[in-house]
Amino acid sequence: MTAASGGDLFEYLLRLGDTSLVLGHRLSEWCGQGPALEEDLALANIALDLIGQARLLLEYAGKVEGQGRSEDDLAYLRDGRDYRNLLLVEQPNGHYGDTIARQFLYDAFAVELWGELTRSGDVQLAAIAAKAVKEHEYHWRHSSGWLIRLGDGTEESHAKMQASLDRLWTYTGEMFADDDVEQAIQRTGVGPDVATLAPRWNTRIDPVLSEATLTRPVASWMQRGGKEGRHGEHLGHMLAEMQSVHRAHPGAKW
Amino acid sequence: MTAATADTEIERRVWRLLEQVQDPEIPVLSVVDLGIARDVRVRDGEVEVVITPTYSGCPAMDTIARDIADALAAEGLGGTRVTTQLAPAWTTDWLSDEARAKLAAYGVAPPERASGDKRSLLGGEVTLACPRCGSRHSERISQFGSTACKALYRCLDCLEPFDYFKCV
Repeated sequence: MTAASGGDLFEYLLRLGDTSLVLGHRLSEWCGQGPALEEDLALANIALDLIGQARLLLEYAGKVEGQGRSEDDLAYLRDGRDYRNLLLVEQPNGHYGDTIARQFLYDAFAVELWGELTRSGDVQLAAIAAKAVKEHEYHWRHSSGWLIRLGDGTEESHAKMQASLDRLWTYTGEMFADDDVEQAIQRTGVGPDVATLAPRWNTRIDPVLSEATLTRPVASWMQRGGKEGRHGEHLGHMLAEMQSVHRAHPGAKW
Repeated sequence: MTAATADTEIERRVWRLLEQVQDPEIPVLSVVDLGIARDVRVRDGEVEVVITPTYSGCPAMDTIARDIADALAAEGLGGTRVTTQLAPAWTTDWLSDEARAKLAAYGVAPPERASGDKRSLLGGEVTLACPRCGSRHSERISQFGSTACKALYRCLDCLEPFDYFKCV
């Protein structure tokens, strides 16, 4: 087994780290605005886990890159084109059902992906994964529980939940579509063949969708591009807010 | 006294001092009780303390590292390095029996062992004993609580809400 080249590993770590960071930041936008105190706490806790994962991943990415960039440099001083997160996680929070649908679709993927990464040939990534997978399993329990509650709730909550799923579905294909970077990562034993995660993702979500009395959407086509830095309009707005303090006061500490 | 025996003596002292460093969010438990302090390495009088985070995003880690360095510096062990190690991943299985008893006395239900029993993580409800009245007639209010490591429950007999130290 040969080690992945520094460039591929760096790119891959950015994809993982940016996906955690962007979703973590999105969830943190709910802080103080949740529909109930318990949900406010839940989303803040999930955000905390994700941002913690992002810190570990981006710190490691900076080391692999070898240019002296810290986790903060990578989080706060890159523009949208340099972000490598999945398109799904940058979608705006919308109403609570939108947030739950986004979380549900991602958590089911994250549990499978991070489970595989615990067996990564890269020791540091495997160590990060051993923590992350337990956190994702706990998040999945939360999001799938709420999907059922809202899907199999009132007529209105059901209709809204179905619409949220239908709208977000087009962003799910990207999770299972690899490219040169991920093929190199797979060849070198660092990460899994993402295509093999698709049937496991289906097995995970289908029974929950049916318990939630929701119809699995049918995609006419799938969006992609996030992993290569081609994002929708929403990411730029999010980054502008997330990065504003750091950019206004570079290097500030307290 | 040879250098090696001196190092061993320092190592013992450091462990004793670490038992006095409390977790900032659960101030009845020390970093040793919690299993956060993983290792003490002493070489030629230079001290390194290895810690591990409970959760990836545990916001107390920076404070814990600083508290450890301060506590050792106050006892003449300045210049201690506190480093972080991720593997093996922290688990609630590392909580000592003493730590479990301290948690319960503090009003936090200790984790149901063991983390290998996935029912406590993934499956349905666990029946927890209320840390105040001991009744097992309790229900979960929220899967998440006041810190990353806790969930929120309520006793259905004495009606007090209580924290549960999540089992991972």
